Amino acid sequence: MYQYDHYDQRLVDERVAQFRDQTRRFLAGELSEDEFRPLRLRNGLYIQKYAPMLRISIPYGLLSSTQLRKLAHIGRKYDRGYGHFTTRQNIQFNWPRLEDVPEILADLATVQMHAIQTSGNCVRNITSDHFAGIAADEIVDPLPYSELVRQWASFHPEFSYLPRKFKIALSGSATDRAATLVHDIGVHALRNETGEIGFRILVGGGLGRTPVIGHVIRDFLPREEILNYLDAILRVYNRFGRRDNIYKARIKILVKEMTLEVFTHHVETEWQRIRGGPATVPDEEIERLASFFTAPAYEHLPGDDAGFRAAVADNRAFANWAKRNVFAHKVPGYAAVTLSLKKTGVPPGDATSDQMDAVADLADAYSFGEIRVSHEQNLIFAHVRQAALLALWHELKGLGFATPNIGLLTDIICCPGGDFCSLANAKSIPIAEAIQRRFDDLDYLHDIGEINLNISGCMNACGHHHVGNIGVLGVDKNGAEWYQVSIGGDQGEHASLGKVIGPSFAAREMPDVVARLIDTYIERREADEPFIDTVRRIGIEPFKERVYAAAH
Amino acid sequence: MPLLTKERAVVEDRWTLLPETAALGDVPAGSAIVPLRLWLASRDGFAARTDIGVWLKPDDDPEALTDDISRLPLIAVAFPQFGDGRGYSSARLLREKYQFRGELRAIGQILRDQLYYLWQCGFDTFALQPGRNVAEALAAFGDFSDNYQATAVQPLPLFRRRLLSATGGDWLPPTESARR
Repeated sequence: MYQYDHYDQRLVDERVAQFRDQTRRFLAGELSEDEFRPLRLRNGLYIQKYAPMLRISIPYGLLSSTQLRKLAHIGRKYDRGYGHFTTRQNIQFNWPRLEDVPEILADLATVQMHAIQTSGNCVRNITSDHFAGIAADEIVDPLPYSELVRQWASFHPEFSYLPRKFKIALSGSATDRAATLVHDIGVHALRNETGEIGFRILVGGGLGRTPVIGHVIRDFLPREEILNYLDAILRVYNRFGRRDNIYKARIKILVKEMTLEVFTHHVETEWQRIRGGPATVPDEEIERLASFFTAPAYEHLPGDDAGFRAAVADNRAFANWAKRNVFAHKVPGYAAVTLSLKKTGVPPGDATSDQMDAVADLADAYSFGEIRVSHEQNLIFAHVRQAALLALWHELKGLGFATPNIGLLTDIICCPGGDFCSLANAKSIPIAEAIQRRFDDLDYLHDIGEINLNISGCMNACGHHHVGNIGVLGVDKNGAEWYQVSIGGDQGEHASLGKVIGPSFAAREMPDVVARLIDTYIERREADEPFIDTVRRIGIEPFKERVYAAAH
Repeated sequence: MPLLTKERAVVEDRWTLLPETAALGDVPAGSAIVPLRLWLASRDGFAARTDIGVWLKPDDDPEALTDDISRLPLIAVAFPQFGDGRGYSSARLLREKYQFRGELRAIGQILRDQLYYLWQCGFDTFALQPGRNVAEALAAFGDFSDNYQATAVQPLPLFRRRLLSATGGDWLPPTESARR
């Protein structure tokens, strides 16, 4: 993974000093709340329902075991002994004290971490594919480019006061595991017909109040032009994006109001002006960055491990886990393992400091000391020998991270919701738990197969409900918490937005509603068709009828 | 009003800033900064004067000054609220696209914590909001020692300078080159 040189380290250290001074001035009354707010937000600090919330950046989801131990330490020392992994590959702590935050940032800086631009109207954490570098379907490893974009986005003098937040995701595989179609900018690393590396650029996707699937603005951008092109897009957005209404300030609204054609014209004209300029990336820089993302020292193994196969054949519980939580690796004899942070009874994405320490130890023992965070809020060991999978499974079971449910109904994406977040209309964690409890039969869960259920406690859609095969949105009706249900959403390269099935439900009805949706699917599915394909084939009507017929 | 310079000094402001609604008759004999609207309406009338500057609102297009760039001694860009970042792009366009070489001034709600970025985008002078701590504001120019990006102050992005230093090329520390 990337290692800071003295430049990177100095910038992060200077940021800590800057925020320490800003906090001091705020506490001394020299900065007003209005002046301090955007400064603390761009250091990840929210003032939440009960306490501040600090969001720490995990660039493109990559962590070393040393960094994870530091997060565990922060959870223990400054918080209540746990943290929450988010849908944008960050981690949040819910109970730090404002006065302690400069010290936390200083601690993070010692392990090359920070909370820079994890909130605020600026370019947020750059996210990417949690299987980058190891997936068989990968065309180009997106991580060197993700780091390039991270550096470009950090403290960008021109783009630090944008109309609204700005999210960029990169992917380099046929399968889009980074939700690039629902980002302000999606970047697809690929090769053209002559084999040159470049990018397809998408713009104007996003969830929130007005969900939109991103539009292709350029089919092939030469790789050395990536930063010039990003500058061009951001400059057009910074100048023309709406600032009169925060609900209409995202780039997706600008693209819509300006039309994609006119927006593209502005961007291309600006790009032609600056093309080939100082921000053009030399091959040497790409090689320098790529040198940090080389393969670890894999053993030369002949192929799939016989012992692993035998264990799968022998042990049904292990086989279930291997089927759901083990991902094929491009290197013979290796696999990637997803640690499920979706055990029933634990808020999705939460991990205690003790668990983080244990995961760091396991990463050292089994996966070259590296951990990844997925936007589905799980953790990944990307480089595990197949021969070690059985032993690792036993270890993970002891930790509560071996629930064999990756990609299944109980692998719920869920925002912190009304239990923690002051923006939320409704709680989301108890809904996730009630649904997990209803679907506690593992055989049934595996029979239902691939499906994702996403829950957001409000319109801001941190739980990505629009792109859930089943999406649940918390709404406020006369001060009471209700839940609107949509189906047919999907993430990935075929991203689509779910359609609302009808009037919302009370919390207690939600497990039944989901059960009826699943019953409808089970009855109507053909062969191995997953839930989303059935919805696409038969439409939402049969689901709707079933849910509401039973309700009345 | 304290006027800060990128040389980290406080100087006397000899310019009169005219409001958006100003008419030609309001323009004083001495140095004055007029709104773009008035400039465009009266530019020929200002032909003989070298002491008239223009200020831009956040949504004014710097392109409107294309023909005047070389004769204007000063352009000011207004930040009605510090969180409205359009002026950062106006500054870069004025410097890099339209090659403005005169004094570029940030006016409006100019606060300590935005000064560093304003400077990097090409501003020379900064009309600090009245009542602010000037010494603290001057320290803001030292908030960061470098930038990843190409800026008006440091036209080579960090990655190019990293390569130069790795290959033993001719390279000065960024703070040195910024002062030159």
